[in-house]
Amino acid sequence: MDSMTLIAVASIATAGLTTGIGCMMPALGEGRAVATALTALAQQPDASSTITRTLFVGLAMIESTAIYCFVVSMILIFANPFWNHVIAQAAGK
Amino acid sequence: MHLSPDQIIFWQHGFLKLNATIVYTWGLMLILAVGSKLITRKLSVDLNRSRWQNFFEIIVTGIVKQIEDVGLRNPKKYIAFLGTLFLFVAMAALCTVIPGYEPPTASLSTTAALALCVFVAVPLFGIEDQGVGGYLKTYTQPTFLMLPFNIISEASRTMALAVRLFGNMMSGAMIIGILLSITPFLFPIIMTLLGLLTGMVQAYIFSILAAVYIAAATRPRKPKPEAAPTT
Repeated sequence: MDSMTLIAVASIATAGLTTGIGCMMPALGEGRAVATALTALAQQPDASSTITRTLFVGLAMIESTAIYCFVVSMILIFANPFWNHVIAQAAGK
Repeated sequence: MHLSPDQIIFWQHGFLKLNATIVYTWGLMLILAVGSKLITRKLSVDLNRSRWQNFFEIIVTGIVKQIEDVGLRNPKKYIAFLGTLFLFVAMAALCTVIPGYEPPTASLSTTAALALCVFVAVPLFGIEDQGVGGYLKTYTQPTFLMLPFNIISEASRTMALAVRLFGNMMSGAMIIGILLSITPFLFPIIMTLLGLLTGMVQAYIFSILAAVYIAAATRPRKPKPEAAPTT
């Protein structure tokens, strides 16, 4: 296996794993957060505006970890620096 | 397949480049500035108002109320900054219904610029509110040990602001692009609707987070002094 194949295999497999795990964990976290917020809403409907605002900010914080994973996998697939380097070398030969 | 609207280049002359990000950013700025100028040209204070004035009053009072809820004392001071951030990001997301348009916030340069504005504005508002010494003292809260962590968080939250907005807007555009090549017609429309919702939520989150950071840098709102205990 030459280095080109190795880089391609590693990039694709890592991109899939990154998005897979990076979706799974934040989904669990967001589910817990929403469930707790719903319980709080059911107990104290008067505080709904405060709870909703805090929930949205918290969800954005949790979701940004998923977004980081997505950005990394997009870079691996569409703008991979190692792959571009290998392509440039192969073209230069 | 392109990762950001930076790669769509309309016009190029040597070093000067005119890419889609710049064009659409200036377009949005024109729409926002000219639109608000036209609408606020003839404002009325009696009950006989135009529709657009009502619409603008709803937006402005809504933003003021949100800023107040976060804990900033006089929201009128901050609405110029926070309201502009919200309106620009929301408008950039809303205009995705126009065909051929690419949201400028799907480019990392735009979101980094917006996040840097927040990065600069937070110390400015903080120093204005409680002086240089008072602001620098907030870095050593609650103990002096937290100083390095507070400095790290200053940088990391700026990066988080930029990457969060960029990732959300870019993923919306990219998912629609991928779906168009797999299942044309119906499904991309649903994803566009979802993208509109995500864009509005992100605009809300961006401005609320900026407000929270400013509120943390300025003095916390003091509770109303209670009646002095008579002991």
